[in-house]
Amino acid sequence: METTIAGKQVKLNEQGYLTDLNEWSREVATALAAEEGVELGEEHWPVLEYLQSQHKQEVPLTIRKVGKSGIVDIKGFYALFPGGPLKKASRIAGIPKPASCI
Amino acid sequence: METQELEQNAVKVKPAKVKKMMLILSKATIDNVYACFILANGARMEGIEAEIFFTFFGLEAVQKKKIEHLHVATVGNPAMHIPTLLGGLPGMESFATNMMKKEMEKLDIPPVGEFIEILEASGAKLWACKLAMDMFHLKREDLVDEIADIITVGDFYEKASGENTHLLFI
Repeated sequence: METTIAGKQVKLNEQGYLTDLNEWSREVATALAAEEGVELGEEHWPVLEYLQSQHKQEVPLTIRKVGKSGIVDIKGFYALFPGGPLKKASRIAGIPKPASCI
Repeated sequence: METQELEQNAVKVKPAKVKKMMLILSKATIDNVYACFILANGARMEGIEAEIFFTFFGLEAVQKKKIEHLHVATVGNPAMHIPTLLGGLPGMESFATNMMKKEMEKLDIPPVGEFIEILEASGAKLWACKLAMDMFHLKREDLVDEIADIITVGDFYEKASGENTHLLFI
């Protein structure tokens, strides 16, 4: 599905996730975050960048892995992205929805 | 024609999202413990509240001394696909449990102790059953710090109040 986010044409899948990480920008992230009820601050960016780097390395993401990243602990991750941190943060980071159960 | 009419008259109800999962863990076999923890953690990952009531043998999963010694049952467990007599041999349970733990580590499933820390950090609430504590002569200090409190069944049901709460006995 083509749509305009932050003045840019982007493609989203039916769950609202970007299908092409190249279309991601900080402005797009801010707009996606707003849809998720998250206001991005300084602490969010390193987490989003970490998720993107893991995705590029094709590492499957889990909450445990994020907690051990040294970037944010699990409590902090839930606080930054309340109500489903991994799926929300992934959407804001422009990467696919993680298929993880843990 | 009739179906069309029914559809037109039907009140459009938005499917209600699960808001809270109240899990009751009554067993200490490692497969049951993990099932419970993964369900609770999975709920938190979806933004669903999760609480666990540890009762009866489920208390083993939150006892400091027992936590690293939980086993899969090799006897009376047809899913193991080994003869009961073999399953009863000394060391069989440890062997099978270690095999299982290795497979879980590959999938990034944490050991029980770490899983409890993750659950607490994710905002899941962990409760110990008062009656079972009394029955096994357990004290608060025998349990991991992540246990929020020792409560009665009545207290647990009280916490289950609210719309779209589900209770699950494991």
